Amino acid sequence: MATDTMEPAVTHETVWRTVRRRARITVLVPIAILAYLTYTWFAFDVSALLAKSQPDRAVILATDSVAYKVQVEKNFRRGEFKVAIEGERTATYDNAELPDWVDLDGDTAFIDLGDGYSVEIDGKTALFAIPGYGVIKGTATDKGVDTVLPNGPAPDWVKVDPRKLNVRPTLDRRLQVTKTKIEVHNYFGGWENFWFPFRSPLYGMSFSQLYALALSSDRMDPETSNLWFIVDEFLSNPDWQHGDVFVALFETIMMAVLGTLTAALFGLPLAFLAARNFTSSTFLRFGTRRLFDFLRGIDMLIWSLIFIRAFGLGPLTGALAIAFTDTGSLGKLFSEALENIDNKQVEGVRATGASQIQRYRFGVIPQILPVFVSQVLYYLESNTRSATVIGALGAGGIGLLLVETMKTSRDWENTSYIIILTIVVVILMDQTSSWLRRKLIEGK
Amino acid sequence: MAVAALEQEILTLRKHRQLYSLIGLLLVVAVLVSGYSKSNAMNSGGFLQGLSKFFDYPGEIVVEAWEAGPAFFGLIVSFAPAMLETLNIALVATLLGGAAAVVLAMASTRNVDSWGPLIPVVRRVMDVMRAFPELIIALFLIFVLGSSPVPAMIAVAFHTAGALGKLFSEVNENIDRKPIEGLSACGASWLQRIRFAVLPQVAPNYLSYFLLRLEINVRASAILGFVGAGGIGQELRRTIGWGKGAGDETAAIFVLLFVTIMLIDQLSSYMRGKLVGSGRAH
Repeated sequence: MATDTMEPAVTHETVWRTVRRRARITVLVPIAILAYLTYTWFAFDVSALLAKSQPDRAVILATDSVAYKVQVEKNFRRGEFKVAIEGERTATYDNAELPDWVDLDGDTAFIDLGDGYSVEIDGKTALFAIPGYGVIKGTATDKGVDTVLPNGPAPDWVKVDPRKLNVRPTLDRRLQVTKTKIEVHNYFGGWENFWFPFRSPLYGMSFSQLYALALSSDRMDPETSNLWFIVDEFLSNPDWQHGDVFVALFETIMMAVLGTLTAALFGLPLAFLAARNFTSSTFLRFGTRRLFDFLRGIDMLIWSLIFIRAFGLGPLTGALAIAFTDTGSLGKLFSEALENIDNKQVEGVRATGASQIQRYRFGVIPQILPVFVSQVLYYLESNTRSATVIGALGAGGIGLLLVETMKTSRDWENTSYIIILTIVVVILMDQTSSWLRRKLIEGK
Repeated sequence: MAVAALEQEILTLRKHRQLYSLIGLLLVVAVLVSGYSKSNAMNSGGFLQGLSKFFDYPGEIVVEAWEAGPAFFGLIVSFAPAMLETLNIALVATLLGGAAAVVLAMASTRNVDSWGPLIPVVRRVMDVMRAFPELIIALFLIFVLGSSPVPAMIAVAFHTAGALGKLFSEVNENIDRKPIEGLSACGASWLQRIRFAVLPQVAPNYLSYFLLRLEINVRASAILGFVGAGGIGQELRRTIGWGKGAGDETAAIFVLLFVTIMLIDQLSSYMRGKLVGSGRAH
């Protein structure tokens, strides 16, 4: 039979050879990957990394980003108590209007931390009562701190040092004693002063109060309307800098939109020069293709560094870096789409006596429009993410703001705020672009 | 009569279309013009002043590279280990992210008999993974783990899992169900059906997307190095930070990065061409 149809004879031998090769590949590929991963484990020195990692930082970041502390501080030099949110001078409570868990009386204070935890401060001595353990006594002296613990082994949340006593029995309660001051931290959930600064007349108002205020004709500030006053107080909040954050987000979006649109506008005409069926000159075609490769190969990283040098910080720099890289990528994609178009449509248009421009307009453009639109939207979406990274390299926008707040690592809630906003913006851009894609290409 | 009415309708439709196209075009132009003037105003250096300085920096490093003479090639070689580290970050991230993506894709496509209630959940998870900018995860992990390639690797892998997972599940949607049905008729378990009916069909497309992602990830790893994740990016940050005098080293890194990215692009597009035939993975 095999000889009749002139098909190559399949022998037992060839089948076995194929099966054996298959089997070898199925075993060898996973082994090779495993070997490679083992090699990188050592190349990246993962074990050493795990050993010196600081998981406590993650815990601090996590707690600090969902909670804030109100701190009661007694400074011996000034000899007075100070109660402030996050210990900031701008958010210090008046001694007449203290929170009800703090009880000050001249040189002594009683701080109720809830659940039976309490701290008593008398002169230079702090007594921290901890349910189920006992009372820790820390006294500041001229040389350091004298600590008296209850009998038994010291738990690991007490750090005794001749210069500093640090007690943190739960994540949300802490006592610190040094030779100059006593500090008690009480943590609360939420983001402090998120809407309005502590000193603002609007601080602590509920939403309905604000709504009523915005509609009321009694002006808080005779210069502006109440609504504008509220917006302004919100945007200029010094702790959260909403205004700056929004501007930075806007810059990042602008980089992505401008960069992608520019790349598309330059990439399309250049793509005609690089497509075999539109440009007969080999030299021109080769030149355009190498230009695309060059623009893509230099990569966004290098382009941004060059542009930062030339144009300084700002959205223009980021937009140009994106535009340069993506002119290459989009140009390459468009030229491939152009090479794959159906020539019949062009010939049909030509048969009606259409000019060159008309042939392009009615024969070519409709064919590549779906590719054009969908690729531009894909790039827009991924460039929103890229723009945050370019920003971090120094071009500005939300990326730079994020790096800076992380570097100061003072207020982690600001960092989480920026992270959340960034992710929301990226998801919004993603949704918008896929909505547009559906609308424009599939016609609803 | 009917024809005339139809013609009228076509004409009005065409007018609407032209109007919409015009509005769209004007919108794009407006965004471009206002955007560029606005961003020019926001930039610390203006476009026109910058334009004259545009070639200063590239010129400066080219001159320094030229002055270095043959030693320049030695410099390129000396940065090869850092480049290798960046490549390792990208490859490990693509491998791990790709493996996770296969699992996610198999769990999120009706066509391969994924468990129904899980499908929408896994899809949303992939959306979120894709949306997370790599920078954020990398910065967070650098803060916890310290400066090292691992944070970048994890960040890139996380994003890769989401991005590839979506593409893989699109591939899954287009496969032929007959082999699956044949196998279930023999009483094959779900894993056996995936292994013998689905994977052989999707493997070429998966591999092709994998290679495409590898290209993207090499670039991403280089950039993340710049924010402290090791590899060639970190070297670049160091030499750029030194300012004048390290121009030859900067140029060497630029050349190395350019050549590597080009090589990987060419290699991967050649291999993708072999895998899926037409040479285009889109």
